Amino acid sequence: MFRQFGPADVLYILEAARWTLILSAIAFTGGAIGGLAVALARSSQVTLLRVLSTGFIRVFQGTPLLMQLFLFYFGLTVLNLPINPLLAAAIALTFHASAYLGEIWRGSIEAVPSGQSEAATALSLTYRSRMRWVILPQAARIAVAPTVGFLVQLIKGTSLTSIIGFTELTRAGQIVNNATFDPFTVFGLVAVIYFVICWPLSLYARWLEGRMRRAYAR
Amino acid sequence: MTHSPKAAVEMRGVSKFFGAFQALNAIDLTVAEGERIVICGPSGSGKSTLIRTINQLETIQQGTIKVDGTELTAGGDNVAKVRREVGMVFQQFNLFPHLTVLRNCMLAPLKTGRATKAEAEATARKYLERVKIPEQADKYPAQLSGGQQQRVAIARALCMEPRIMLFDEPTSALDPEMVKEVLDTMIDLAREGMTMLCVTHEMGFARAVADRVIFMESGAIIEEAPPEDFFGAPKSARLRNFLGQIA
Ligand SMILES: Nc1ncnc2c1ncn2[C@@H]1O[C@H](COP(=O)(O)OP(=O)(O)O)[C@@H](O)[C@H]1O
Ligand SMILES: [Mg+2]
Repeated sequence: MFRQFGPADVLYILEAARWTLILSAIAFTGGAIGGLAVALARSSQVTLLRVLSTGFIRVFQGTPLLMQLFLFYFGLTVLNLPINPLLAAAIALTFHASAYLGEIWRGSIEAVPSGQSEAATALSLTYRSRMRWVILPQAARIAVAPTVGFLVQLIKGTSLTSIIGFTELTRAGQIVNNATFDPFTVFGLVAVIYFVICWPLSLYARWLEGRMRRAYAR
Repeated sequence: MTHSPKAAVEMRGVSKFFGAFQALNAIDLTVAEGERIVICGPSGSGKSTLIRTINQLETIQQGTIKVDGTELTAGGDNVAKVRREVGMVFQQFNLFPHLTVLRNCMLAPLKTGRATKAEAEATARKYLERVKIPEQADKYPAQLSGGQQQRVAIARALCMEPRIMLFDEPTSALDPEMVKEVLDTMIDLAREGMTMLCVTHEMGFARAVADRVIFMESGAIIEEAPPEDFFGAPKSARLRNFLGQIA
C-alpha cells in the first residue's frame, strides 16, 4: 500500500533542495576558477596552453554530462575510493562548468576590441595589467548575462546526479513518489521549486542584458 | 655638449611578413630627435605597420630598430623600455570605455609604477588642460565627441611623458568639423619640440609642421623630402599620381 503524501514529504523535498543549491554553488565556484583559467589559456599566445584548453573544452562539451557523471562515479571506485555520489557529482559538474564558462568567457574576452589591448600595450602595461585593468572589466560586462544563463542550466543540470544516487531535489522527489505514488503532486512540487530558484535568475540575466546593451555605446 | 642630434628612431633593413605576404620591404629610416615626420601613401601600403613596429605592436622578421639607442630586437626588457618612451595615438581613439577620462589618463602611470595616485592625477589634469578639455575629466569616453575623445587619447599618451609620439591616421575617423581641434593639438605638440611620426593625409598639417614627408607604396619608402619639395617638386611618377588623387 502507498501512504498519503503529507507535510513530512514536503519538508523532506525542501531539505533535499538545499543539496541542489549546495551542489550548484560548488560546481559554479569551481567552474568559475577553472573557467577563468580555461578562458585565459584559450586566448593566450602560448600554443601549448591553447591546444590543451581547446582539447579540454572539446571533451567536456562533446560528451553528455550524464556520461561524465558515470565516469567520475565509477572512476572513484576504480581508484579504490569509497563510493561517494556528492564527490563524483561535484567533480563532474565542476569540469562541466569549467568547460562551458571557459568558452563563454573566452568569447567575452575576444569580444573586447583588439584596439583596447593595443592601446594598453602601447601605454607599456604588462599582460597582467592589461588583463586586470582593461580587458577583463570589459569582458565581465559582456559575460555577465550569459554566465547567469549558464548558472540556470547548471542548476537544472544537477538533477542528473539523481541517477548516480545523489539525494538532491529530483531524487528526493523519486523517493517520495515511490512511497506515495502521487507523481503529479510530487513532481509538480519539485518542478515548482526548480522554477522558484531559476526564474528570478533568468529575469536577472535578462535585466543585465538590457542594461549591458544600454551601457557605453561605442 | 654635442651638436649632432641624436637619432630618436633608427630602422635598418626592416622587413615584416604577415605569413607569406611582405608588408614592409627593407625599410631604412632615421628620425632625429625633435624631428617631425609625416608618412602618407595609398591604403595598404604599410604605413600603420611601419609605425607599429616602433613600439613593437608588430614584430619584425628582418632588420634592426633602435629607439633612443635601445635596440628593440635585442631582448631583455628593451621592448618595455622602448614602450615607456613611445606614445601612440590610434585612428579609433581606443580609449578605455569603462573608465572616466581622468582614469584613462591615470591608469598607465599608476599601474606601471611611474607615479603615486596623487602624482598621476596631477599629471592627468595637467595634460587634459594642455589638450583643452580639463572640464571633461569625470565623463566617460562615450559622452564625448570624436574630437574630444582623440584629444583625451593624446593626453593619455602624454601622461607617460614619452619622448616620441606615433600617430596613426588620428583624424581619419573624425567628422570634418572636428579635424581641426585635433590637428591644432598636434601642432602645439610639434611646436614644443616633440619627436613625432604621423601617418596622415592632412597635407595642410604636413606643410605646417613636417620636417620631412615620406611616401610609401607596397611596403617600401618611395620618396622622402621636406614638404616644399615633396608637394612642389615630386620626383616619382607614383607620388605625382598619388598627390593628384588626394588633392
Ligand atoms: N594582421 C595582419 N595580418 C595580415 N595582413 C595584414 C595584417 N595587418 C596588415 N596587413 C596587410 O599589410 C599591408 C599593410 O597594412 P597597413 O600597414 O595597415 O597599411 P596602411 O596603414 O598603409 O593602410 C596590407 O596589405 C594589409 O592587408
Ligand atoms: Mg593604416
